[in-house]
Amino acid sequence: MNITLKNINKQFGQFHALSSIDLHVESGELIALLGPSGSGKTTLLRIIAGLEFANGGAVYFGGEDVAATPLRKRQIGFVFQHYALFKHMTVRDNVSFGLRIRKGDARPSKSDIRQRADELLELVQLSGLGDRYPHQLSGGQRQRVALARALAIEPKVLLLDEPFGALDAKVRKELRHWLRELHQKTGVTTLFVTHDQEEALELADRVVIMSGGKIAQIGSVDEVYEQPASPMVFDFLGSTNRIPVERHGNHLVIGTDKIAIYEGDHTGHGTVYVRPGDLRVASPDDVGLDAIVRNVQRTGPIVRATVAINSTGQLVYVEMPHLHHDVQHLLPQQSLRLRLMQYSVYDAENTPDGEDAPEPVLIGRERLRLA
Amino acid sequence: MRLKPKSALPGFHLALGYTLIYLSLIVLIPLAGVFLKTAELGWQEIIDILRSERVLSALSLSFGTALIAAALNAFFGTLVAWVFVRYDFPGKRLFDAMIDLPFALPTAVAGIALTALYAGNGWVGQWLEPLGIKIAFTPVGIIIALLFIGLPFVVRTVEPVMRDLEKELEEAAASLGASRWQTIRLVLLPSLLPSLLTGFALAFARGVGEYGSVIFIAGNLPYVSEIAPLLIVIRLEEFDYAGATTVAAAMLVLAFVMLLVINGLQAWSNRHKVRHQALAQPIQAGGAL
Repeated sequence: MNITLKNINKQFGQFHALSSIDLHVESGELIALLGPSGSGKTTLLRIIAGLEFANGGAVYFGGEDVAATPLRKRQIGFVFQHYALFKHMTVRDNVSFGLRIRKGDARPSKSDIRQRADELLELVQLSGLGDRYPHQLSGGQRQRVALARALAIEPKVLLLDEPFGALDAKVRKELRHWLRELHQKTGVTTLFVTHDQEEALELADRVVIMSGGKIAQIGSVDEVYEQPASPMVFDFLGSTNRIPVERHGNHLVIGTDKIAIYEGDHTGHGTVYVRPGDLRVASPDDVGLDAIVRNVQRTGPIVRATVAINSTGQLVYVEMPHLHHDVQHLLPQQSLRLRLMQYSVYDAENTPDGEDAPEPVLIGRERLRLA
Repeated sequence: MRLKPKSALPGFHLALGYTLIYLSLIVLIPLAGVFLKTAELGWQEIIDILRSERVLSALSLSFGTALIAAALNAFFGTLVAWVFVRYDFPGKRLFDAMIDLPFALPTAVAGIALTALYAGNGWVGQWLEPLGIKIAFTPVGIIIALLFIGLPFVVRTVEPVMRDLEKELEEAAASLGASRWQTIRLVLLPSLLPSLLTGFALAFARGVGEYGSVIFIAGNLPYVSEIAPLLIVIRLEEFDYAGATTVAAAMLVLAFVMLLVINGLQAWSNRHKVRHQALAQPIQAGGAL
């Protein structure tokens, strides 16, 4: 079932929670709504579900306006961050709730209901725990019960609100893989809300990045990561170095260093956005910045270093895989030449803090591939 | 035998000793006195007293009206708590404070006020009497007084539990296709049942023992509207101490049995709660998630 949102607006008093949201989700897609808290992502999910009502705009399920369809008739599966399991019911009764409450002919026979519940428990890898109560399960198990319960009514759309937010890091990772597999098996159109960019990038077909009640960017994982539409998106999708530059014709000047070239003829201030992982150690005759290593941290597979740019003194962060051959250069007090492998340049000196300040304009992007 | 596992926090023996002495002085010894005094009579005399029609009707009146009033309070008290928890309206805080008034008010004041209202010439009574409905000086009047006295017990025990009920439970039920009524019946009420039973038990216990407010509105006609506590007082005034304590002992046993039953119901409605054993051995199946 595809979903279309047209010009959705939502206000809480004077506060604009959502303004002019347009979105189309294809049938069977797995979509992440990603954004910082207060960006409106949960409100949007709840409006799609029918748990909240928009002040303007329309929601279409498969081309049909669902404004008049109440929550209980929308056939959506909704999974809450804190599970919302019925504590006084066994796991099996929780899962079969949506079937047991059906009336008349729509209600399957008792044995069918039981069989269906057990099938779902097998699907979420909880066979044999049907007679437990929710209190006797771990957090990850509870969330899988909640998912089985939502799937029991054969929803047209599955909506998950920060489904792994209450779980610890390891369980969260395992459940992500598992949800991805489950989505491949069932093919239900799925939207999930998260503030964890890693989760969104790892799980989703497409990512909707939200900020201040608006959609900042919609795109595939590669698109949003490699071509962020704004500094906000750039910042939000991972750690970022922001380096002030002067723009001279077709190159950038940082202190006394000149770095790479791009099309066009520019003057004025600007800011280079570059991810710590997109910095590499280069040979002294390469184009780049001269810097000195201040300190080095080894955090498992990634080595992180803080280096100071010689000409301006600014600190930038560098990340490398621990087996990378450049890691040998990352020793305190070592001088090196930094090469910017991939970066974006915006016209303002810095990201504006005020909400109404104009977004900095993208000047250009560079992406160097090693031969 | 060890009474408790070794704990880093001291104070168990002191606390337990204090509790036992306190309970003995305040509760156990006086109650034992009731049975001792009753025991001055032989079995035959005790049975004769208990089988007399006046005692039987007083006991059944006391327990019957208390049960009916507690049941009505359980329903309406839950409704009141629901309105306080879920909705905002002008004067809410004032109404909220008024709920507690029956706790604080001398019960005789309540009795006199209710009698004035519901008597044949009272504000309410004058409209009901032409319809053939008599409230004051009948068992119905007793129930009204007990409703007044018992309401805060239900409201105040149910309210905090209701406040803690996640709204998401209702949302989850609705998203699964449940109607409002199904959500209330299958999701909300079972979660509230333990606290509802506690409120019911408190209101009932209070109703059985209530004296001050009831004697004004009841009219106190033997066999019709004479409650057991009043009968005890009457026996005392006749210097029939053993007779009084016999009725008292009967009330004590009956009340104890009923509270025991309610406690059992509560344990049953709480059966899904974690037991410590279940906590001690986490269940691992289908991976370590």
